[in-house]
Amino acid sequence: MDKNRFFFEHYGLTERDLERYLAAALSAGGEYADLYFEYLSSTSLMVDESMVKSASQGISAGCGIRVIAGERTGYAYTDDLSPERILHAARTAALIASGPAKTPTIGFQKRPARSLYPVTLPSVDAEITAKVELVMRADQAARAYDPRIKEVRASYADELRNILIVGSDGTFAEDSQPLARMNVGCIAKTDGNSARGSAGGGGRVALDFFFGEKTPEYFAKESARQAILQLDAREAPAGEMEVVLGPGWPGVLLHEAVGHGLEADFNRKQTSAFAGLVGKRVASEKCTVVDNGTMPWRRGSLNVDDEGQPTQSTVLIEKGVLKGYLSDKLSAKLMGISDTGNGRRESYEHIPMPRMTNTYMLAGQDDPHDIVRSVKRGVYAVNFGGGQVDITNGKFVFSASEAYLIEDGRITAPIKGATLIGNGPDVLTRVSMVGNDLKLDEGVGTCGKDGQAVPVGVGIPTLKVDRLTVGGTAKKDTGGFMQ
Amino acid sequence: MHSTELEAQDSKLRTDLRDLAQDIVRRAMNRGATASECVIRDGDEFSTLVRLGQVETLKESGSKAIGVRVFNGKRAASTYSSDFSRESLDRMLTSALDLSRITSEDPYAGIPEPEQLGSIRGDLDLYSADVYSLPGQERIAYARRAEKAALDYDPRIKNSEGGSFDAATGHKILANSHGFVGEYRRSYCSVAAVPIAQSENGAMQRDYWFSVARSLSRLESPEHVGKVAAQRTLRRLGAKKVKTAHVPVVFDPLLATSILEHIFEGVNGDSVYRGASFLAGKLGQKIASQNVTVIDDGTMPGGFGTAPFDGEGIPTRRTLVIENGVLKSYVLNTYTAKKLGLQTTANASRGLAGTPGIGPGNYFLQPGTKTPQQIIGEIKEGLYVTEFLGHGANLVTGDYSRGASGLWIYGGELAFPVEEITVAGNLKDMFLNISEIANDLEFRGAVASPTVRIDDLTVGGE
Repeated sequence: MDKNRFFFEHYGLTERDLERYLAAALSAGGEYADLYFEYLSSTSLMVDESMVKSASQGISAGCGIRVIAGERTGYAYTDDLSPERILHAARTAALIASGPAKTPTIGFQKRPARSLYPVTLPSVDAEITAKVELVMRADQAARAYDPRIKEVRASYADELRNILIVGSDGTFAEDSQPLARMNVGCIAKTDGNSARGSAGGGGRVALDFFFGEKTPEYFAKESARQAILQLDAREAPAGEMEVVLGPGWPGVLLHEAVGHGLEADFNRKQTSAFAGLVGKRVASEKCTVVDNGTMPWRRGSLNVDDEGQPTQSTVLIEKGVLKGYLSDKLSAKLMGISDTGNGRRESYEHIPMPRMTNTYMLAGQDDPHDIVRSVKRGVYAVNFGGGQVDITNGKFVFSASEAYLIEDGRITAPIKGATLIGNGPDVLTRVSMVGNDLKLDEGVGTCGKDGQAVPVGVGIPTLKVDRLTVGGTAKKDTGGFMQ
Repeated sequence: MHSTELEAQDSKLRTDLRDLAQDIVRRAMNRGATASECVIRDGDEFSTLVRLGQVETLKESGSKAIGVRVFNGKRAASTYSSDFSRESLDRMLTSALDLSRITSEDPYAGIPEPEQLGSIRGDLDLYSADVYSLPGQERIAYARRAEKAALDYDPRIKNSEGGSFDAATGHKILANSHGFVGEYRRSYCSVAAVPIAQSENGAMQRDYWFSVARSLSRLESPEHVGKVAAQRTLRRLGAKKVKTAHVPVVFDPLLATSILEHIFEGVNGDSVYRGASFLAGKLGQKIASQNVTVIDDGTMPGGFGTAPFDGEGIPTRRTLVIENGVLKSYVLNTYTAKKLGLQTTANASRGLAGTPGIGPGNYFLQPGTKTPQQIIGEIKEGLYVTEFLGHGANLVTGDYSRGASGLWIYGGELAFPVEEITVAGNLKDMFLNISEIANDLEFRGAVASPTVRIDDLTVGGE
């Protein structure tokens, strides 16, 4: 079966039906209506205490219908894809508008499909025994790493999301989006001391990714290494200091500090600390930040966004100057800017909004070793849990899970996890060195906004931030330092 | 007065989905499962957001889904579907039975014993049809009134993320192969406002307030919600950083619930049997200061965490978790109870798929006698924290570090707003350093806490 004819073959939909549903959605007026059909199948497996304790599979399918009238959005969805239920939902969404019926454009414009994740056999359809092998191998590798690794929990999850999006302006897009991920969590114990480690990764990849590129052993060793390292961690310092961020996942800094603040909805409403700053300097000249939804196989990539718009690479900050926002259809129209293909949603039950895809900073000129050497006293943070931002006042946090002290230009003792806090609109102005070692994360990021979770990617080269507040506990007299 | 009408609605729903759940269980058994369990969830939601007086979104919909868990001896597997067609349900059962051949034999796996199953009796006051009783325009008016009250409160409130009104109902059915079948409905409505204030230099601050209830008649007025939201936002204007310091921290009630949640995570049977919590093995020991008594009670009428039975069909109950600082009970489901050689506390939570988790009933910290003002009044210098950013708590080690904002306490008064700071410590010490608990316990969710004071935390700033 052509994967891009999924709903037509599975549910007997015709283009005539789609036009009829759109007409119902615009029966009370409004400028635009769209339908988002989704069929999501997923698998998950978990091994704990070296036993596969949980295995599950499921499907979730439905259709979300949106009607836009000015700045107003009406939305309704149904998990029953019969024509009566879809028409009922369309009429419910239509209630947002009040005017004469509008006729949708007849005939859909089908664009040539891009193929950023051309898997031949989606992992959801692959043999379950191969997935069992993955989690069992992860368990064994983590335990073999060090006898102090006492608890291991390894999980594997995959999904295949088939979507069809049609709009009253002729928009027509289909996609089949695979997503797979492994995760390994470890607990190391010695007499009276415990620590945890965690690692994982994946992307819009097929199962063979985990048998070749990134094996269960790779994630297991990384998780176990972190747990063992943390057994000896010292208290983290507290207060403002120089911070060096390692390459890759520490890019969560960008996601929180500038990414969310540049989503167009917040700027249209003037509720973002970045509102009105296009053309202004918001970062040091060494910083160029992009959001790129077109990277093959990446977790944050999409052939088309959840409004049917092809994704793109959008420059957010160029040599320190703010260039633009991440937009969806509604904000593009209301703000008179172009649609950057960042309209995303968690599922058919949700209204799309501007979201990030893969957000990263381009590589600079500095040797990462020189960056560390330039710091007299500071923190070198290489792994993070997650982060959060208050887009209105710009304050953001991200929590380091693996970090070290830098003393006289040398990386010394590992320190306990600590939250770093800063101010989005000016933190990048304090970036004084940018490494030549850009790396993207392993494929573990999930971003939450207004209760909607979507997969994303982040990345940075090694960076030096001249001043950032580190939330440790160390008092002056207990070995750490304060400023 | 309405009860006969509601009964009638309930019995109608009962026939359909209850029968289906029992039928799925029967079919799983007929096809070779040694035990099985079926869960069905059915719900409706309505939400509206009004921004600067104009409707921004209106959403109205319903959905349902079904999940089945089967056992092949000591091997378990689960599947789910949002499609209730005959073929889909067949496929769901087949996949579950197939999957149960590849999982591991786990000696502790299984559904509860027949004699454990049941449901608490009496009207739990969880469902009120009035959450949907307002006509469309009035629902919008609720959201608009909340926002307007915030915007009108002070000229410095210059913008808004909006006012909202939400309503939802949910219906849950659980059946298993020991013959248990139970179901209940719950309703919910809420009104909220998220104003934005701006100071003369252009700096913006945002905060929010909300009211939530199982019945529209118990919802606070939109005007009150909007006013409190405005006050909470205005008090943040002009926030600055402070110097790094070791001071007492007072947690406002909404944030104090996060401390309770850390305790819950730490005494959760799943963390305990794996030794993934520093509270594992601490039953009978002092883990918090003398004044701390924590209760989980799934039986409180009208409560946000109330249900007649838990996710495995065991009647909910009241559990004394911490009494005067001493850990009295873990929170458990059937599996973790068996692993630990204990009895379940009926805290099983059940999604559509996977093994049951562990979740709170109505879980709260017993209030003390002082007012929050008295507690603040006794502090020479400290932090009153009103917002956290990020999730920096590690239950394995107890390490705690979070981004924060709030008000600086100076000379017993809330002196000025602070932001871009961190609050750090170790949960082991923090539980023992809860020096004051106020009298302001109020449920705005399943987890509730009064204001608390915790001594000797590190506030990281300049």
